[in-house]
Amino acid sequence: MFYPLAGKLVPWFAVSSAILFAVGMYLGFFVAPTDATQGEFYRIIYIHVPASILSMFLYLVMAGYAALGLIFNTRLSSMMASALAPTGALFAFIALWTGALWGKPMWGTWWVWDARLTSELILLFLYLGFISLHASIDDPRRADRASALLAIVGSVNVPIIYFSVKWWNTLHQGSTIKFTGTSMQVTMQHAMFTMLAACWLYAVAVVLSRVRSIILERERHTKWVAELPEVAL
Amino acid sequence: MDIWMRENPLTYVWIGSYAVAFLVLAVEIALVVHKRKATLQEVRQLLDVEESE
Repeated sequence: MFYPLAGKLVPWFAVSSAILFAVGMYLGFFVAPTDATQGEFYRIIYIHVPASILSMFLYLVMAGYAALGLIFNTRLSSMMASALAPTGALFAFIALWTGALWGKPMWGTWWVWDARLTSELILLFLYLGFISLHASIDDPRRADRASALLAIVGSVNVPIIYFSVKWWNTLHQGSTIKFTGTSMQVTMQHAMFTMLAACWLYAVAVVLSRVRSIILERERHTKWVAELPEVAL
Repeated sequence: MDIWMRENPLTYVWIGSYAVAFLVLAVEIALVVHKRKATLQEVRQLLDVEESE
């Protein structure tokens, strides 16, 4: 049921994502005005902020699926957790990379051991730890359980990243987008939210594609896999 | 580097962050597509072996 549905949804998410990336880039580079204090360098935020948000959000979703798999022993939940980890790790990497690119002209340095930056780096290591731990255990069910524990424990880091700019005196600026609203200029908001939607749709498309491969791999001995049209080719 | 980035901020932003980010995403897509093809081939081979037995 899930496997064919995911296959049908992937192209829609992928095409929507590509369109929104193009629109978001156009708004971000050609419509949004230059920032009064940061000049053109601020335009990094259109990829930096969505990547940071996605890296945290995907971790929580991954930990949620991992917990479901651990508690209810549902195979698909554990497969979803495994499929989410590489995409989350890449978004964490992009957030750190683009943050460093922004930090150099604004702060005069690529990196500082600031609470926000350090906790985001820990998030990347948690993703890599999850992937490595899962890959290091041969039995998939045992690998699911062990990596689920790591994912659940590591989820403590996500609120630390989010609130780090409030709890500690950090070089990283405070949140511009809050649950209560934002003080950003309207065109900048449009560009930012379009890019956020593009990244979100991209993540859904890639994760669904990856989970389909994981399902095929794990269920390869079942009858329904043998009857799939793409397998029977 | 400092002087270049201040003289060419948009090029710095484009190449440094967007080009790298899209390259990373393109590599991920390529890996997902490769994994899909490899898994399908593996499953087909397994079924062939089972049939021949």
